[in-house]
Amino acid sequence: MKYVVLIYGNPESRTAWEGMSDEQRAAGLAYYQQLNDDLDASGERIVSERLAFPELTKQVSVGDIGPMTTDGPFAEAKEFLAGFYLLDCESFERAVEIAGRIPEAAFGVVEVRPVMGLHGTEM
Amino acid sequence: MTEVEGLLRELAPQVLAALVRRYGGFDTCEDAVQEALLAASLQWPVEGVPEHPKGWLITTASRRRIEQWRSETARQRREEALASAPPPEPVPGVDDTLTLLLLCCHPSLTRPSQVALTLRAVGGLTTAEIARAFLVPEATIGQRISRAKRLLRGERFTLPEAERPSRLAAVLQVLYLIFTEGHTASSGGELNRVELTTEAIRLVRQLPPGGEVTGLLALMLLTEARRPARVDASGALVPLAAQDRSRWNAAFIAEGVSLITTALSTSPVGPYQLQAAIAAVHAEALTAADTDWAEILTLYDLLRVVAPGPMVTLNRVVAYAQVHGPEAGLAELASVDLESHHRVAAVRAHLLELSGDVEGAREAYLTAARRTLSLPEQAYLQSRASRLSRP
Repeated sequence: MKYVVLIYGNPESRTAWEGMSDEQRAAGLAYYQQLNDDLDASGERIVSERLAFPELTKQVSVGDIGPMTTDGPFAEAKEFLAGFYLLDCESFERAVEIAGRIPEAAFGVVEVRPVMGLHGTEM
Repeated sequence: MTEVEGLLRELAPQVLAALVRRYGGFDTCEDAVQEALLAASLQWPVEGVPEHPKGWLITTASRRRIEQWRSETARQRREEALASAPPPEPVPGVDDTLTLLLLCCHPSLTRPSQVALTLRAVGGLTTAEIARAFLVPEATIGQRISRAKRLLRGERFTLPEAERPSRLAAVLQVLYLIFTEGHTASSGGELNRVELTTEAIRLVRQLPPGGEVTGLLALMLLTEARRPARVDASGALVPLAAQDRSRWNAAFIAEGVSLITTALSTSPVGPYQLQAAIAAVHAEALTAADTDWAEILTLYDLLRVVAPGPMVTLNRVVAYAQVHGPEAGLAELASVDLESHHRVAAVRAHLLELSGDVEGAREAYLTAARRTLSLPEQAYLQSRASRLSRP
């Protein structure tokens, strides 16, 4: 079963990250590297990425004159998507267990969502 | 599948078993066999299949095994001793295949790893083929296989007799999982995707027959028989009651019915045999209306004792409602303790619809549609709901 783990940042977590020393930030990144290595070894990580800060977001909408982009949302947005994991693991419980290892989970802003599949059982 | 591919898949476990017996070290032997299979898949279609294909593969894999060993160690003397030893003799197939399956389904491995390793080491599939079949990247499957092989590195090839029954049960579970993965995949999937149902049936056929092994084979054949009818031309799911039974595979049904009839009369009953017996009752009904639901209900009553579980409880309610009417079915559904699984809502919706509660049925179909993780199921449940909302 595939699951997406969505990691959200918020102004507090962002301030905390920006206030860290280089060593602290390196330790944080090393922690993620270890998590990724573990999930690669168990064959459960399909892909994971860390996203740029929300300042670089472009919102796209299609109107009468074709696609248009606007910038934002900006940092004052309460919560923003900061990264994600796409996992293939045995159960929802296992996906939640993995999500629990993500440091941001301590701030209560990590979500696990099952991925819809093309498998259908007979009715 | 071409003739060469079929032959290679059939020989793969026998060659691997011969090597593991001769040299030990499951992981390096498996690597060597994969290389030999690859070499054969390139050479044989061009140069023709050798006179003794199994012997060719064993010799080639043995050479690869020695080359690997040579590159791993500098101990010259041992190398020469090993290199001068004759390659192993081919050995009988069935027992070795079972032993390999028991090893691939070792309890120290996770279920996804057991599945991946079984398909590669016993099924002779490539990592890429397994990855396509499960719709995950090749690297992910590759990681699972190499980790599984590392974990099995020190395992002996033989197994204590006392452990056999429980280990065989794990093998059957893995093969059934491979089958259901293939069976529930919607049609029109990726090109060149290996048919996991065919693969699972082929692997079960290699096990010593009898009891639950035969039950599982019958269950797979009887389920696979319905495959041509379970999805329509547009890819939408067709429920069992609405399937065009003339499209069911008559040969699979005949074999499945014959197997399960023999198994039930000659061995102690088990969950796969009971499920196969239920599938046989469906298969033998000429139309949905002819289905012997009383017989099916009796079989579910037995299954509930032998292998209780939420899906058995739910399917028994469906049979109960067919025998005693939708209102009695709804009362039965309310009396059993089931989680908020989408199939519970789907069954409730169906029974409400049959009992004439159109609005209740529509609500329940929509609830089920919101809870399923399957796009084809969602489409089916939504269309049931919207059909009921028409004036």
